Amino acid sequence: MNNKTMNSLKKAIFDNKVIVMFVILCAACIIISGTSVSYIATEVFTRFGRNTCLVLALIIPCMAGLGMNFGIVVGAIAAQIAVFFVVHWGFTGINGLLLCVLMCTPMALFFGWLLGKMFNATKGAEMIAGLVLGFFADGLYRLFVLYILGGVIPFDDPNLLPRGFGLRNAFDLTGSLKYALDDISFATVLMVLGAILVVVAFVNFLYGKKVGQEMSVKEFVKKLITGVVVIVASVVIKVVLGLNVLFGGTRLILTDVALFGGIGAIAYAVIQFVLKRPKKGEKLFGNLIKIAVVGALLLVGTMIPAVREVYQSVRIAACTYGIIVFFCMFNNWLTNTRLGQNMRTVGQNRAVATSAGIDVDKTRIIATCISTVLAAWGQLIFLQNLGTFNTVQQQSNVGLYAVAAILVGGATVQKASNKHAVVGVILFHTLFVVAPLAATKLAGDSAISEYIRMFISYGVIAVSLAMHAWKSVKPISGERKEAEGRTTWGIFPCGSGKG
Amino acid sequence: MTKEKFKKAIDVIGLPRLIVFCFFIAIVLTAYFNDIDVPSYFSSTIKYWGMWAVLVLAMIPTIKCGIGPNFGVSLGIVCGLLGTLLAIEFHITDVVNGMLPGFGPWASMGFAIIISIATAWLVGVGYGRVLNMVKGSEMTVTTYIGYSIIYLSCILWFRAPFGAPEITWPLGGKGVRNMIAMDGSFGYLLNDAWGFYIGGEKGIFIPTGLVLFVLGMCAIVHLYFKSKTGLAIQAVGANPNFAKASGIDADKMRIKGVAMSTILAAIGIVVYTQGFGNLQAYTAPLQMGFICVASILIGGATTTKASIIHVIIGAFLYQGLIIFTPPVSNKLLAGTDISDTMRQIIQNGVILYALAKAKGGSSNE
Repeated sequence: MNNKTMNSLKKAIFDNKVIVMFVILCAACIIISGTSVSYIATEVFTRFGRNTCLVLALIIPCMAGLGMNFGIVVGAIAAQIAVFFVVHWGFTGINGLLLCVLMCTPMALFFGWLLGKMFNATKGAEMIAGLVLGFFADGLYRLFVLYILGGVIPFDDPNLLPRGFGLRNAFDLTGSLKYALDDISFATVLMVLGAILVVVAFVNFLYGKKVGQEMSVKEFVKKLITGVVVIVASVVIKVVLGLNVLFGGTRLILTDVALFGGIGAIAYAVIQFVLKRPKKGEKLFGNLIKIAVVGALLLVGTMIPAVREVYQSVRIAACTYGIIVFFCMFNNWLTNTRLGQNMRTVGQNRAVATSAGIDVDKTRIIATCISTVLAAWGQLIFLQNLGTFNTVQQQSNVGLYAVAAILVGGATVQKASNKHAVVGVILFHTLFVVAPLAATKLAGDSAISEYIRMFISYGVIAVSLAMHAWKSVKPISGERKEAEGRTTWGIFPCGSGKG
Repeated sequence: MTKEKFKKAIDVIGLPRLIVFCFFIAIVLTAYFNDIDVPSYFSSTIKYWGMWAVLVLAMIPTIKCGIGPNFGVSLGIVCGLLGTLLAIEFHITDVVNGMLPGFGPWASMGFAIIISIATAWLVGVGYGRVLNMVKGSEMTVTTYIGYSIIYLSCILWFRAPFGAPEITWPLGGKGVRNMIAMDGSFGYLLNDAWGFYIGGEKGIFIPTGLVLFVLGMCAIVHLYFKSKTGLAIQAVGANPNFAKASGIDADKMRIKGVAMSTILAAIGIVVYTQGFGNLQAYTAPLQMGFICVASILIGGATTTKASIIHVIIGAFLYQGLIIFTPPVSNKLLAGTDISDTMRQIIQNGVILYALAKAKGGSSNE
């Protein structure tokens, strides 16, 4: 028994070796730098809200067998072009941001379609193609914002184009789009969520028959009530004074979130346990215990002074985090649809997918389009939080950081999930915050930190790509020699240039 | 019928090469009709062609052994920079000049090249082993290894315990400075050797030493691929399974190819540095890998086929374009320098075209 536990522990560590390595690295950097945990927590939560959506955009193309989509740069470009025009027209706040979304989505779809075509032309080398295409698009974008805008297309705005052509280098969003999303209060988010639930329930009930997803009246009423309850809750938060102070503002304090989240999680677990009475050993039972334990830990945290202090210093932008949850849910939802299943089949084996009647190329293009649109929205969230950005260069490292983050979270080129994205963003950005501090402490100079950051990003990608490729080559050269001969000769009768 | 022939001809020449070539001719003609000093720009083109040719030559061994263009030449570049820095650090020029006047720079450059070759061979063998583990996704892996190694070298340069006053920061402190003047060692050595003008002082300058060196390197590489080992490497690239069947150790040949590519890159950066007159440390070589890949592709190579002539043509066209664009765009677009953006678009466009033409060029299905 003991031996077995040891073995499973060993296996767990080995399976998550990348995560383990980075946790150790982060811990070492935190100890060396001697930074307060409150500071790190504040920074990491801000960066988490800012970056996670971009990372979540990588999951769907990965499922469709396209590997890590370095081409999300084109999505970011679409978002930035939309931002220029919206700021030029003078729209501000959430209206401006919604207009950005409206503008950049068709652009991102078009770019995504082109990207997908490129990926289809370079099957087997999508990652390098995505990378080079990112640079290429970067060049075209620079041509557009520096020379064509104002130079060829008339665009009169002395604020944005001080020389008459070519956008100014630093783009300040203060007073226009900065915090457009972050400044939406929790109560409003709840109200919108409730409204969406009600609408979805109605649509499903009325039109579900046509798509083959029929809904019973009972289910409809249940969903309707959930939506109404959420709306009522939002109204209650706005009206009741105590709750108004806690949840009415634009930023939630982590202490409150932990407190109510913990109570909520435990209550949910208990209610589910009582209502469903799952038996021991059942999967649901284990999940409920996990939820309850997490809830309890959150609660206990609020009572320990040191942890409470960290909790108190962190502010969470309700709407942005809500959208992250929405992105995760979207990814999960898509995986379970027919389209998602097709993508998975295409990702596993294109030949099988073709013989099953799936249009491989089309599926891959759809996956790329979705990813590009998500990336464009992610970049909008990123920009509104950052508040100021470099016109020419802001998009160029988007793919690099996103891919590095998800790989740190334990994803491979073939398998990536929401969990990998979330864990990866937390670890990668913790390291991003503390590694330069630690380096400064060790080397006594801060100029080195930029090199260390870039080295970490590129190094992570190089190592994990190499490790992945190694894993996928090894079994062939080992026990399945015969199979190797057959497959190689089967697919490439005259041999190919590459080994 | 003629249309088909035309299409076929374009296919053989390659669309991007045709576009780049026509573009180059157009730019040179525009320069000529706009009173731009064409001969002097031609002189720089030849100079930069010589400086880049050896670096571009480093693409040949990896393409021939089936790995594809080596995006990771940065490894060799870092080795070459190390060799050059050591030559400056030990004041080889002054020491040898003391014994044999006039031979100092040559000895210094020889020393730099020997050190570079030694380190590049070691690094290249290790790199080759890594690439043998990642068969099928070499291009992606080499790109990222190349990038990360440059930033690793930045960290190294930042802390490296060099003592020569030319290398360290003028205001004291550790580490290598951004730009190191090569005047005291072997700057412009090959460029100036036996150089002469065609058509008087205002004509085209031919850096004979540099041209001879480049042609010599090309000849060495050409002869190497005619030798037994070279043929074995090409056999592995053409068909690994046939090579295996005829008793060639494919993995070993691939390692040899990668090591040779790394060595050529190391020599290439030494030549580049002497021609540039300054040693550029830190992130300056970051995009060199991409430039080399783009150059050889413009010259007519594909991800699976390349020859010396592709190197010579490609390096010339690419550098010519880079050198002629700024003055022309300055003249035509009233003081704007569009050349860097153009370079980015052309360079990556050419690589993309080659990738698409090769259908990804990779067999990891």
